[in-house]
Amino acid sequence: MVAEKIEDIKKLKLIANSIRQDVIKMLYEAKSGHSAGSLGLADIFTVLYFNAMTHDSQNPEWKKRDRLILSNGHVCPVLYSALAHSGYFPQEELTTLRKLGSRLQGHPHKGTLPGVENSSGPLGQGLSQAVGMAIVAKTEHQMNRIYCIVSDGEQNEGQIWEAALLASKYKLGNLIVIMDLNNIQIDGTTHEVLPLEPLADKYKAFGWNVIEVDGHYIPAIIDAIEEAKKIPHKPTIILAKTVPGKGIQFMEYMVEWHGKPPAKEQMEESLRMLEHKKQMIEAETDG
Amino acid sequence: MIEMHLQKDLFGTLEKKPTRDGFGIGLLEMGKINSNLWVLTADVSESTRTHLFAKEFPQRFVQVGVSEQNMAGVGAGIAASGKVVVISAYGVFSPGRNWDQIRVSICYNDVPVIIHGSHTGLTVGPDGASHQALEDIAITRVLPNMVVICPSDFNQAKKATMELIKREKPAYIRSAREKTPVFTSENTPFEIGKANIYREGTDAYIIACGVPVYESLKAANELEKNGISVGVVDCHTIKPIDRKTIIDCASKTKLLISVEDHQINGGLGSAISEVLTDERLGVKLRRHGIYDIFCESGEPYELLKKYGLDCEGIKKVILEELKK
Repeated sequence: MVAEKIEDIKKLKLIANSIRQDVIKMLYEAKSGHSAGSLGLADIFTVLYFNAMTHDSQNPEWKKRDRLILSNGHVCPVLYSALAHSGYFPQEELTTLRKLGSRLQGHPHKGTLPGVENSSGPLGQGLSQAVGMAIVAKTEHQMNRIYCIVSDGEQNEGQIWEAALLASKYKLGNLIVIMDLNNIQIDGTTHEVLPLEPLADKYKAFGWNVIEVDGHYIPAIIDAIEEAKKIPHKPTIILAKTVPGKGIQFMEYMVEWHGKPPAKEQMEESLRMLEHKKQMIEAETDG
Repeated sequence: MIEMHLQKDLFGTLEKKPTRDGFGIGLLEMGKINSNLWVLTADVSESTRTHLFAKEFPQRFVQVGVSEQNMAGVGAGIAASGKVVVISAYGVFSPGRNWDQIRVSICYNDVPVIIHGSHTGLTVGPDGASHQALEDIAITRVLPNMVVICPSDFNQAKKATMELIKREKPAYIRSAREKTPVFTSENTPFEIGKANIYREGTDAYIIACGVPVYESLKAANELEKNGISVGVVDCHTIKPIDRKTIIDCASKTKLLISVEDHQINGGLGSAISEVLTDERLGVKLRRHGIYDIFCESGEPYELLKKYGLDCEGIKKVILEELKK
C-alpha cells in the first residue's frame, strides 16, 4: 500500500521527535557513529518519507516509487529510523546498528536492508547515481521523482560538480536534491576547511533551480519540495539550513559531535530533552 | 583437446583489426537485441567505438563529458533502474581514475555495469607512459563481485563483450587501440572463466592474455622448429581465473610462463602465482610483462619489441628459463 501522505504538521513534528529519539538510542547502543548530521536531518527525512514521497514499504522495488538516494551515508541512522517508521523493517531492529550480523550496516548497503536504494559512505557518489536514475525516468517518461540528500562538506568533492553539470545538461526536472547545510565537517566549520559560499549562486550558475529554506521548519520544507515539483525542466537544489545536533542542546553547533555517539548519561539527558519536547508538541493547539 | 577453430593460415598473412572494434561491434549487436542496454562515454565515443551504438540508439546513450568518476556513478544509477550499462573510456581513466566509484557505486551496489577500458597496454604507443594502462587488471581484479577479461583479438573481444552484457553483473573488459592479427575465428569457443588451450606442450606452457597471445603462438611455433615443445593457453578471463587449466598445465610441465601487456605485479602472472601457491604446486613460473616501470613513447610494435612482448622477446624468455 502506498504510504499515507501526512499533512498534519503536529503529527509530522511528533514523527521527527520520535526519529531523533531513535537516533540517540541507536548511536548509544552502537557506541560509534555520527550524531550531529543524523539529528539535523530528522525534520527533512520526516517530510520526505511521510509527506513528499510516493513509496510503499511493503513493495520496496515498486517501479513507480519515488527514490531517495542518500549521498552522505554516514547519517544513515536517520534514514534507518525513517525506513523503520515507514514499515520497511521492524523498529526493534534499529538498535542492532553497526553490530555483527545486523542488516543495519555502519554505512548503508543496497541489498541488505529493504528501502536502501544505494550503498554509500565515500562522499560525492550519491548525486551521480541519482542523476543516472533521473535520466532513465525522464527518458522513459516515468512520473516518479528522484530525491537526493547531500551534505555541505560533501561539496568539496569534484564529482558533485561533475554530476551537477550533467543534471543541468539533461534538464532533470524530476531530480530534487536537498543539501544539509549545517556548516560543519570533520576538521572544523565548512568555512574554515574549504569555503563554499556563495553556494546558491554556484548552483544557479550551473543551471539549477535553487530554493533556500529553514531545514527544521516543517511547513517550509513541505512548501519548498512542492515548489520544486512544479519546475519541469531544471533540477532543483534545496539549500536547507540546519543545526547540527538539532534538538539536543549540548550537541547543537558543536563540531566535535560530527562523528561521536552519546555516552550513557548523555543518552539519558538527550532522551529527557526529547521527551520534554514531545510533550510540548502534544500540547500545541492544532493549526 | 577441444577444437579451437583458429585461422587456417595461422602464421601467414592474417587480417588485422583492433580489439576495440570487436568491442564496439559486439556492443552494437547487443544493442539491437537488448533494449535495456545503455551506454555511457566520457568524451571518447569514436575512439572507444561506442559511437556505433550511439548512432543507432541515441536515446540509450549518455555523453557525460570528461568526467569518469561521474560516469561510473551515473552508470550505477541507470543500472539500479533496471538497465544493463556499459561505461566506456580509456583504461588509464576508467578504471584508473574512478576506482572508488567502481568499488562502491558499482561493485558494492552489485549493479550490472560493465566497464570498458580502451587503449590499454603498450600498444597505445606514441601517447607515452601516462596513457599506457598497465595496471588496470591489477586494480579491478581485487574488487569483490567483479569479473575481469582481456581479449586477445577482434573476434574474442566481440564475443566477450556480448557475453558480459548477457551476464548482467559488474565486469571490466580491456581493449587495445592498435590493429592486431585476427587469429581466432567466429567458431573459436569463448566462455567466461574458461581458458582456451591453443596448443599443448611438454617443455613449457605459456599462459597469456591480450595482444601477446598471438605473439606467444608465433614463438611456440618457431621454438618447435628447434625441438622445443611449448603449449599456449589464452587466459582471457583473469577473474575468475581458470584454476583447472592452470593446474593441468602445471601437471604437464615444469615451467609456466605468464605473458601479458601489463605490469607483472598484480595482473595475470600474479593471478596464476596465487593458484600455484594455493594448490602448493612446485612448478616454476616466470612472470613476463612490464617489469614495474613506466615505459615510453614509440610505435606499438617498436614498444612490444623493446619491452620483450613480441615473438622474439617471448622466445628469449622461454630459452632463458629453460637454460636455468
